[in-house]
Amino acid sequence: MTIALAAPPATVPRPAFAPPVNLSGQGHYLHWGFVQVSVANVVVIAAIAVAFVVALFVPFPGSKGRDGR
Amino acid sequence: MTDQLVDTTARPEPLPEPEAGGWTGALRRRIFDTMPPERLLPDTQPSYVASWIYVFGVLSLTALLTVIATGTILALKGAAWWHVSGTGHFVNSLHLWSVELFMTFMSIHLIAKFFMAAWRGRRLMTWITGVVAFGCSAFTALTGYLVQQNFDAQWIAVQAKDGLNAIGVGAYFNTMDFGQMLIWHVALLPLVISVIVAWHILLVRRRGVVPPLPLPGTEAQRETEAQA
Repeated sequence: MTIALAAPPATVPRPAFAPPVNLSGQGHYLHWGFVQVSVANVVVIAAIAVAFVVALFVPFPGSKGRDGR
Repeated sequence: MTDQLVDTTARPEPLPEPEAGGWTGALRRRIFDTMPPERLLPDTQPSYVASWIYVFGVLSLTALLTVIATGTILALKGAAWWHVSGTGHFVNSLHLWSVELFMTFMSIHLIAKFFMAAWRGRRLMTWITGVVAFGCSAFTALTGYLVQQNFDAQWIAVQAKDGLNAIGVGAYFNTMDFGQMLIWHVALLPLVISVIVAWHILLVRRRGVVPPLPLPGTEAQRETEAQA
């Protein structure tokens, strides 16, 4: 059975900044054996890893020339 | 007669000042001995703190303050406001995304401190309070998802109650009881997190920021191993 959803009324304002992917649709998942993780969570985990590495190697402003205290 | 034998110009030795002030005085002395103001609010830090990896603690704290501020507004205005009004949606989104940033910053902070072995130098309780704060935050996030009042919240509640029943706590923590979850989320858990985080920060101030691990084969490394 197919349920037809009514189209939203024309008065609904369009968002000023549309997301690059449809966030209201069905989620996407990755499967690896018994491991299942959503793509959204993989993106967050990857962002954490990138931020961690960047924080280790990018020089802190004013960190050069300090005399130890 | 005896006046001639006594030196009246010499003053007697002052008696030691008694421990005045009762329990409030004792508490005050204890606080200032443990946490003098220059240690509580220092204006300098060791040079190794000048690194981006040391920034994530204060970023976590900033995100937590945003979470509490937006959560307070949501609690005051109520569900009918955050579900239907544009401003309510905006504050609701601020609450969600500040939580996302809070957990992200705290995860990086936790990983960094783990690889620094941040429990060194009598900092074990600092490490433990940080880990407990992380666990409480994750638990608070769960209760937050349960009080969204949408299909997502209902799905999570039904899934979580099976797991919690399996470990025998379902009678005391019922994820399908909206009222119970709301009180846990807006009253009990924020209070617990606030106390633990305040304790964590005071311990950081008392013991100082953990120094980097010494290079292998150096005298500093041998001293570190001897202390362990």
